[in-house]
Amino acid sequence: MAITSIKNLKEFSTNNDRFEGAHTLCPGCAHSMIVRELMNCTDDNLVISSNTGCLEVSTAVYPFTSWDTSWIHIGFENAATAVSGAEAMHKARKRKGTLKDNDAPVKFVAFGGDGSTYDIGFQWLSGAVERGHDFTYICLDNENYANTGGQRSSATPIGATTTTAQAGSHSYGKKEKKKDMVAIMAAHGAPYVAQLAPNKWKSMAKGFQKALETEGPCFINTVSPCCTEWKFDPKDTIGITDLATDSLMFPVYEIIDGHELNILYRPKNIISVEEYMGAQGRYKHLFKPEYRHVIDQVQKDVDAYWDYLQRREEARI
Amino acid sequence: MQDLNLLANDNRGQTDLGNSSSLVGWDEVTQGTILQSFEGDATGIAQKKAEERSYSNFNSYTATVASWRVKKPVFNIDVCIDCQNCWVWCPDSSILSRDKQMLGIDYDHCKGCEVCVEVCPTNPKSLLMFSEYTPLDEALSQWPEKKKKEEK
Ligand SMILES: Cc1ncc(C[n+]2csc(CCOP(=O)(O)OP(=O)(O)O)c2C)c(N)n1
Ligand code: SF4
Ligand code: SF4
Ligand code: SF4
Ligand SMILES: [Mg+2]
Repeated sequence: MAITSIKNLKEFSTNNDRFEGAHTLCPGCAHSMIVRELMNCTDDNLVISSNTGCLEVSTAVYPFTSWDTSWIHIGFENAATAVSGAEAMHKARKRKGTLKDNDAPVKFVAFGGDGSTYDIGFQWLSGAVERGHDFTYICLDNENYANTGGQRSSATPIGATTTTAQAGSHSYGKKEKKKDMVAIMAAHGAPYVAQLAPNKWKSMAKGFQKALETEGPCFINTVSPCCTEWKFDPKDTIGITDLATDSLMFPVYEIIDGHELNILYRPKNIISVEEYMGAQGRYKHLFKPEYRHVIDQVQKDVDAYWDYLQRREEARI
Repeated sequence: MQDLNLLANDNRGQTDLGNSSSLVGWDEVTQGTILQSFEGDATGIAQKKAEERSYSNFNSYTATVASWRVKKPVFNIDVCIDCQNCWVWCPDSSILSRDKQMLGIDYDHCKGCEVCVEVCPTNPKSLLMFSEYTPLDEALSQWPEKKKKEEK
């Protein structure tokens, strides 16, 4: 496959975007940063599916498309279903020699939000990975159902306020912890699973290229800060992502063949989750004395998980 | 030189997405629509720069979201070190980089989010926000001097 040079940003910038402007994502939305980077990682033909969510509604505003590749929009549950069907058809037609260009390399990619990935499309994603289709699934994890106004999902972290898990005098927001989707996908035995972040552009590009090059189903959870629902200034999208990776709320790591875990980014100065939370309106209420214990709990959980990741990396199991 | 006319000959930004009265309503859309992004054969499109492509009128490249902006980023090429931070993080594919050089901003697609200004590492910054109505030469004439470290 034709992967593009990611040696440095200058080389990377010689790629010609296949994701066009005048989509209607909010100013500063990280979804498009992640999509652009994926599409600039390869010169190969791409067949992409997106299920319903911010990315889909904003890039296919009739009569416009922002995609310069084959792109399929499908229902909320079915990004993985649609792309695995396309991949199976491509394989069959290749075998029969009925493609226009039988040798042209094609990569299959699905984009889903966390709502569709962690919750509503979970079963379909699991099925597509179990069937072993050759595709890369990328979850744009903004930790809420952003497109419908910010409802909680199983990716929403404990303590965040959402429209369906609202903070107030009797509640500190969401009470349940975030689902560990990366571990779940690794447990499927997928050959490549990772959690990546757009502020670390190089590790993200490397991970994308690895996933595209790996035969079989690959899963990548990407941190996608959402200025609208996380409540921060759009200009700070990358700054917030820095706080996310440096507080280890979003550790950056990969798991190969379900067991070999590699940490891809080790912050030089680990910051507190308090600093990360303090920069976003969705956690504002936690700074009241009565909810302070939630921040302390999250810090404990984050520390424990970082410890677990490091031990797993060392043990190679 | 700042080549803001780089794409002057193509069909970029013709339709204002802020003024959609001429578009088809949701209840008039045919189910299962296929939109072709390009006129004719799109083979090898990844090798073609925007100005070499024949975008169809269905491609959002031909639309503009300029009316979303209140402030606009202005680019000062004299300070720029071509690091391409702005290129990699612009969410709206609006940084015009060619042959490893940053050339300017695509004002048809820029929404004025200010991310590029935040990630620009030079001192003074090579990108700064100005009111949408400030002429480019006026903005450039107001560029700040290099800041000392303590003042930052
Ligand atoms: C089966 C079904 N249920 C509900 C909806 C309504 N709906 C559309 S987008 C959306 C939220 C999408 O959230 P997520 O997948 O996290 O993507 P985001 O918008 O946050 O990027 C919902 C609930 C739908 N389209 N289909
Ligand atoms: S609501 Fe959030 S995810 Fe959706 S377009 Fe806006 S910033 Fe992006
Ligand atoms: S202001 Fe935002 S949209 Fe405009 S060029 Fe800068 S990063 Fe891109
Ligand atoms: S971020 Fe600043 S210095 Fe780097 S290429 Fe853009 S304008 Fe030039
Ligand atoms: Mg979401």
